[in-house]
Amino acid sequence: MSILKSSDDHLTINADGSGKAIKFQADGVQKASISSAGLLTSTTIDATALTGNLPAIDGSSLTGLTAPIGKNLIINGAMNVYQRGTDDVVDSTATFSLDRWYCYLKGGALATVTQDTDVPAGQGFGFSHKIDITTGDALGTSTDITRLSYDIEAQDLQHLEYGHANAKTMTLSFWIKSTITGTYIAAFYQKDSAGDRILSKSYTVDSADTWEKKTITIEGDASGTINNDNGAGLNLNFGLGAGSNWTSGTLATSWQNYDATDQFTGQVNAVSSASNNIYFTGVKLEVGTAATDYDHRSYAEELRLCQRYYEKYESTIKGATDAAGSHYMTVFLKVSKRAAPTIAYDSIYSTVGNIDINGFTVSRSGGETHIAGMTADAEL
Amino acid sequence: MIITDAKYQQNEENVNVSIQATIDGQEYAVPMDEANRHYAEILKQVDEGTITIAEAD
Repeated sequence: MSILKSSDDHLTINADGSGKAIKFQADGVQKASISSAGLLTSTTIDATALTGNLPAIDGSSLTGLTAPIGKNLIINGAMNVYQRGTDDVVDSTATFSLDRWYCYLKGGALATVTQDTDVPAGQGFGFSHKIDITTGDALGTSTDITRLSYDIEAQDLQHLEYGHANAKTMTLSFWIKSTITGTYIAAFYQKDSAGDRILSKSYTVDSADTWEKKTITIEGDASGTINNDNGAGLNLNFGLGAGSNWTSGTLATSWQNYDATDQFTGQVNAVSSASNNIYFTGVKLEVGTAATDYDHRSYAEELRLCQRYYEKYESTIKGATDAAGSHYMTVFLKVSKRAAPTIAYDSIYSTVGNIDINGFTVSRSGGETHIAGMTADAEL
Repeated sequence: MIITDAKYQQNEENVNVSIQATIDGQEYAVPMDEANRHYAEILKQVDEGTITIAEAD
C-alpha cells in the first residue's frame, strides 16, 4: 500500500497489486471497500451522513422498487359504482347503467346490463359490467350496432396536448370475457375536431367465456382538437357488433377524419344470440406507452367522481312552510355537476326550478313541498 | 329518446328556465343548458319537427 500526496494537494490512496481493494476500517472492523473494478461496498451507510446533491445516476438497474402506477383517466373502470340499478337497453338509446358507462344499440339486439361479481381471479376486482344479450341480432341491417361506451370530459384531457406535435401516447388496458371469440374493436372518437377524428384498434378474444387482459396503444393526435370545456373530449367505444355501415371500410388504425365505415371493420358479432354474455372490468386509460397496474381507488372516492355526472337520492326531501305561507325549498346536490342536470323524480309537490350545477328549487302554491326518488343527471 | 308532454317552466320573473317533459316514460325537469344532453335532444327533436314545447302556464 502507498499513500501519495501529489503536488497539487490531491490525496491519492493506492492499493498496489492486481485485484487488490481499498478497505476502510473502524476499530478493526471493515466498514466499506472499493474493489479494483471500482465497486463501492459498504456494510452500513448512515443516511444522516449523506448530505449534498446526488449526481445524475442511471436508475435503470435498480431493483426492489415499487412499480409506478399511472393515473386512470377512466372513472369507475373497476365497475364498483352502480347508482342506477338494473337497466334494459332500449333500441337507439344510450342507456346508462353502471356509473359513467352506457350501452348503445341500434337494430335487432336487445340486452340487459348489470353489475356482476364474475371477475378475473387474483386481480383485486370485485365487480364487472355484464351485458346479457336477451335478443340476438344477425346484423342483417347495415345500420345495426351495439357498443359499450364511455365519454371523457374534455377539460380533463388537456394534458394530452392533442393538436400539438408532442401529443401524448396513451395505453388502454382492460379485462374482457365474452361468449364469442374473434376480433373485437376498441374505437376512439373526438367530437371537437373539425370533421371529427377517429382511431380504432383491434384485439382478439382467444377463448370463449374466459377472462383475458388486453392492452392497446393509442397514439397521440397532433392534428386533433380537444376543447378546454365541459363537453365530451374523447369517446371510447367497445364494439360488440356492427353492420356494414360501420365495417365496410378500412379500419382506422391511425387518427383520421371521421368515416363511419372505418370504425368497426373486422368486428366479430358478439351479439348474435340470446345465449351471449360479455363482461368488462379493470378498464384503464393512462398516459404512456405501457400499461401499469390498475389503481384501485376507494369506493368513496370513486362515488364522488361519478356524482359529478349523476347522483341519486332515494328518500323524500321535504320543505317547510313559513308563517307567510310560502312553499319553497332549495335542494343542494352532493357534488357540483358538470352542467346543469336534468332532475327526475318519483313524486313531487310540485315544480322544479332554478336548476344549476349546485342544486335546484322546489316550489308549490299551496301545502308543503317535497320531492321523492330524485336523480340529477349531467352525463355527457 | 321518446319525448312527450314538453312544457316550459318559468322562474319568479316569468322567464322560461326549464322544460317539464316525459322522456322514455319518466317525468323530468330539464334545464335550458345546451351542455345538458336531454336539452340538446329536445332542441334536436324540435328542429326535426318531432315535438313542440308548450308555453308555461
